[in-house]
Amino acid sequence: MADVVVERGRVARAAGARRGSSLRNALGRKSTVAFFLTLPLILLIALLVLYPAFYSVHLATLNKSMTKFVGFGNFTFLFKRETFWMVVQQSCIFAITAVIFKALIGFIVAHFVHNIPAKGQRKWRGMLLVPWVIPPAMSTLAWLWLFDPSYSAFNYTLSFFGVGPIPWLGDTFWARFSVILVNIWYGAPFFMIMYLAALKSVPDQLYEAAAIDGANWWQRIWYVTLPMMRNIIAITTLFSLIVTFANFDIVRILTSGGPLDTTHLFATWAFQVGIQSSDIPLGACVSLFMVPILAVAAIFILRDVNKRGNEA
Amino acid sequence: MADVSLRKVIKRYDDVEAVRGIDLDISDHEFIVLVGPSGCGKSTTLRMIAGLEDITDGDIMIGGDVVNDVPPKDRDIAMVFQNYALYPHMTVAENMSFGLRLKHYPKAEIKARVTEAARLLDITDLIDRKPKQLSGGQRQRVAMGRAIVRNPKVFLFDEPLSNLDAKLRVQMRIEIKKVHQKVRTTTVYVTHDQVEAMTLADRVVVMNKGCIEQIGTPNELYHKPATRFVAGFIGSPAMNFIPCRLEDVGGTLQIRLTDRIAFPLPPARAARYKTLPRTEKLLLGLRPEHLTESHAHLAPGVETFETVLDVTEPMGMETLVYFGLDGTPVCGRVDPNAGAKDGAPMRLAMDLNNMHLLNEASGVVL
Repeated sequence: MADVVVERGRVARAAGARRGSSLRNALGRKSTVAFFLTLPLILLIALLVLYPAFYSVHLATLNKSMTKFVGFGNFTFLFKRETFWMVVQQSCIFAITAVIFKALIGFIVAHFVHNIPAKGQRKWRGMLLVPWVIPPAMSTLAWLWLFDPSYSAFNYTLSFFGVGPIPWLGDTFWARFSVILVNIWYGAPFFMIMYLAALKSVPDQLYEAAAIDGANWWQRIWYVTLPMMRNIIAITTLFSLIVTFANFDIVRILTSGGPLDTTHLFATWAFQVGIQSSDIPLGACVSLFMVPILAVAAIFILRDVNKRGNEA
Repeated sequence: MADVSLRKVIKRYDDVEAVRGIDLDISDHEFIVLVGPSGCGKSTTLRMIAGLEDITDGDIMIGGDVVNDVPPKDRDIAMVFQNYALYPHMTVAENMSFGLRLKHYPKAEIKARVTEAARLLDITDLIDRKPKQLSGGQRQRVAMGRAIVRNPKVFLFDEPLSNLDAKLRVQMRIEIKKVHQKVRTTTVYVTHDQVEAMTLADRVVVMNKGCIEQIGTPNELYHKPATRFVAGFIGSPAMNFIPCRLEDVGGTLQIRLTDRIAFPLPPARAARYKTLPRTEKLLLGLRPEHLTESHAHLAPGVETFETVLDVTEPMGMETLVYFGLDGTPVCGRVDPNAGAKDGAPMRLAMDLNNMHLLNEASGVVL
């Protein structure tokens, strides 16, 4: 298709040279028309994405009062701060652990839902999507009550087994555990629905062929389901990794980064530094650090997606 | 290799009975084709033999063992699917060797078997390609290769040629026959195409509405159909069914087709039908090739009549002629040089030595 367009473009150009009316020909070219048709969207993206991105780069090079250009001064300052490295570490732990569990739980639940007869499946699908459709700011508030050290449902229940009380949000380990748990609860349904769609696209005959070839349940998953879902798994994981890495609301509501900044992620720390401590350039600088880390992850995960394309 | 037996096999889905108690014995090395229209239960029967469908009642035996509750992987069968069902992420060699790898065969043996199967199917050059890079016919060969390398007791084919174009279908049909001649594995083949059934099978099983209508060699089914369904299903163009009745005229039994047309029956046929009640509503079953142009010298039992042709279809080696007998559409096959023309009168000859007489109500061939 692309070849045809290029060829037509050439023909159009040659004809244009003959007639000396290159502008009219340029406008008549398919690629030009396509460009103009997509121009509104390009402008919108430029306005909403590119401008803020470059503006934050610009901000990151200013001093605290935003009056002087300091180059990489903010970056070198950050490198020297222990909290920064802790945020890097915590963001990685948070995102990687949460994404692994979300993917795992999503995969298992998708399998169960896939095997429910079509009649009851819609009901289950709807119910299992609930955590994902409730605004996280609201659902996290409910979790905040559940985690309350003195009168929470969790500690109350655990007290019957002689366990606790657990300082869910007061201790570094448990606070990290809690924010990850809530993030998994919120994000697993997304994986579930994506994997369910992928599962439904695997032809039944492949499973039948595998069953006849002698594959047991586990081998069918390993040799048929997973390879067939590879691209969806890669893209979903990347997408979730980005969203989880940039998470703000869960940590902000549950711990505000505490205790002692140990649950801070880039976004919550950038907010604290930039907005609450009124050092906007430093906050911009913190948030910019997400870009190289996520870019590396994107390259790794998407490396094979294009190559594999649609093997079916 | 093994024989396969079905005993009173029933398959019921909720309140629909897809297979209604069929009995079938397939002997070792035999090539059996299940044929019938859509929804006749042929694919369900095959899938029950494969173990992909549970059976509601009855017994299925492979090699003498009842396999009702044996999962597909332990039945030692191989199946070729209509849409090939190749694993898209594996190469041809990996596809073919998948079953052997799961069973932990030694690598050298796997390689030898795959190479041999690839040679047999002429796909040696494709061995490292992915299914996406293959044509329909090549994919079908790989699917067959995957079945062959396993060296199973039984091959099951589920309409394997339906997705191919007409020319390739003929070619692959011959390939399948050749492969069976070489490997001699018991084969059950499902198709809705009666030509495939006739050309491939040692014996054909004609199914209709979940029951077996008739089992027989291709020739038996063609020349001695048991029911109207079989008579009409096998053969292309289909057999003509012309309403008729028997009458006695001057001591000879004759068959009356219309008010104008009645022929004396040949002696062998007359002896066979003489006890039939004369009032019974009957159908004359006659294949198009037994309705030809008239000759000067007619064999005994061949009768001629004059008709006006509605439509003619020149096919090259023959011309199909269509006309009506008292409103019943009839098809005949005449020589291309016999001068058949649309709308023109023509004298045709009816070979009553090859006639069939059917009970109109029951459809049974008498």
